[in-house]
Amino acid sequence: MNPQAIIRLVGIEKTYQLGDVEVRALRGVNLEVQEGSFVAIMGPSGSGKSTMLNLLGCLDRPTRGEYYLGGEDVSKLDDDAISTVRGKRLGFVFQSYNLIHELTVIENIHVPLFYQGKDLSKTYDHCKKLAELVGLGDRLDHRPKQLSGGQQQRVAIARSLVNDPLMILADEPTGNLDSKTGEEILAIFDQLNLDGKTIVLVTHGGEVAERAHRVIHMKDGLVDRDVINSREPVLNS
Amino acid sequence: MNLKIPARHLRTIQLGVKSLMLHKMRSVLTMLGIIFGVCSVIAMLAIGEGASYEAQQAIKKLGSANIIIRSVKPPEGNKSGTSMRSSVIEYGLTYADAGRLKTTLPGVRRVLPIRIMVENIRFNRIALQGQIIGTHPLYMEMSGLSLASGRFLTDTDETHQKNVCVLTASFADRLFPYQEPLGESVRVEADYYRVVGLVRETSTMQKRPQSGGPNEGQALDNNLYIPLSTARARFGETLFKRSPGSFSAEKVELHQITVQMTDTDAVESAVPQIETLLTRFHDKKDYEMIVPLQLLRQAEQTKRIFNIVLGSIAAISLIVGGIGIMNIMLATVTERTREIGVRRALGAKKKDIITQFLVETVVLSVGGGLIGVIIGVIVPFIVEATAGMKTIITFSSLVLSFGISGLIGVIFGLYPASRAADLDPIEALRHE
Repeated sequence: MNPQAIIRLVGIEKTYQLGDVEVRALRGVNLEVQEGSFVAIMGPSGSGKSTMLNLLGCLDRPTRGEYYLGGEDVSKLDDDAISTVRGKRLGFVFQSYNLIHELTVIENIHVPLFYQGKDLSKTYDHCKKLAELVGLGDRLDHRPKQLSGGQQQRVAIARSLVNDPLMILADEPTGNLDSKTGEEILAIFDQLNLDGKTIVLVTHGGEVAERAHRVIHMKDGLVDRDVINSREPVLNS
Repeated sequence: MNLKIPARHLRTIQLGVKSLMLHKMRSVLTMLGIIFGVCSVIAMLAIGEGASYEAQQAIKKLGSANIIIRSVKPPEGNKSGTSMRSSVIEYGLTYADAGRLKTTLPGVRRVLPIRIMVENIRFNRIALQGQIIGTHPLYMEMSGLSLASGRFLTDTDETHQKNVCVLTASFADRLFPYQEPLGESVRVEADYYRVVGLVRETSTMQKRPQSGGPNEGQALDNNLYIPLSTARARFGETLFKRSPGSFSAEKVELHQITVQMTDTDAVESAVPQIETLLTRFHDKKDYEMIVPLQLLRQAEQTKRIFNIVLGSIAAISLIVGGIGIMNIMLATVTERTREIGVRRALGAKKKDIITQFLVETVVLSVGGGLIGVIIGVIVPFIVEATAGMKTIITFSSLVLSFGISGLIGVIFGLYPASRAADLDPIEALRHE
């Protein structure tokens, strides 16, 4: 019962109905993640890893159990409320970047704030600062198509930070990138974590998971192993 | 907070326009349905309105309180001498009819008898065929003539059977190319008539030859007005018609009697009374009655039907346009499923997604409506200039068609938008 727990899952179950077959994707997961930690979730396909990510990202609701995000039970909120939670407390980074094509870099970064009713003109400086943070201060008016994959992912990271979220959920953020660019992206995550951001990263690559403080291995809808990595010396030191 | 909302919606509209601009060709093609729909509604209503306005004006000129009775040559029976080389057919309205109508019909205000003869009218060496209209001074007022110069016929002319005449101004121009017509005399047969005035016809309807009438096929406004008493004295009652191989004569006292009632309410009841009155003294049906009020009602009825037909066509074309928009929006929703998932993940509520897509549809339909209104306003002008038809663009047709196009956007946009909003964010994010 750590008061600092950003994520607390209590007996989370998730059951899908696939035709006549009932699939139990999660079978009573209990988990706590402290503020400021860097957690990797690993597991083979079918382990419940993706379901976990969807639940943690408030994109899905558990069949049973409670999910406390920043102390508040979000497992029973209605669609509007859960959307607000996503928009205000979570930051997403996807494998395929998922930027919106017709928007520029700065506009893409601004999207979560747009849905909070905040005008771009009033938050322009904030968005610009984040673009500079990920090294794209000179590309504010570029479209996603004019950017490389690594650059697009940087925009996505900036976008995930714009609402100052409780945690950043990253789903295979380096999956579409070459190893060098992937390194650069992971370095940004390291830096963010050093600055105190909570990061939950879903991956199946071992070397990516090694960057995390803690690796949660999923298997058959349950947490199989929960390993605490010794914190390695930071790369940029 | 109150100030934020409009700014945000402005942004949504801006974004909608932006994403439509990404597919310019598609957006324009989608809008075409609405453009044509709106444009045709406005243009057709304008043309219809113009046509019915002209008809109504013409009928109103006849006077809505008037009942016009015309002499009609009855269908020729066996007794009429088709086998004979010559015969005199007697038919039509009489002076007695006019007198009876005036004295016995309740609610009658004025009765105007008219005789019409087609003759050559000469001045110096110019001879033109025209209608000689023998009538009372009342004619000018009741037929909507306006005086161009001089004076019209007077009661004195009538009582003294004066040989005076009034010409239509355009006829006078042809007959007197070099002289001032006033004071000159024109010759008809052997008699001379002094020109005392010129008139202008204000109604277009009266210029048209009455089909089957004595002036059929004539120049439209070669009219010469003389006192009725003069006409009776100079021309007699029998009119001769010569045609190759045959010769016929007709005896007609009056060609037309215009009965003016005190008000339009009296017209309806007067019609059957006139009918009864006339049948008593006419063996054959040798007259016809024209009731401008009834014509007006018919014209209004026709216009109503016309509007309903137009409305249906317009509604259909707008619905087709709307379906086109819906079709494209459904395709767009599928195409942008991933984007919807992303937006949902980033905090968009269902209603935000609905708004986004609804705005796009409304922008399409209102944009199309706007273009349609512009073209719809231009087309009647072209029609008026090229086809010479009168068109009237009513403000209500603009508002109506524009409003409907916006409404179509909302109606046909709701389904695609709600489909977009109801997408499962997880599924949407996974969509390729």
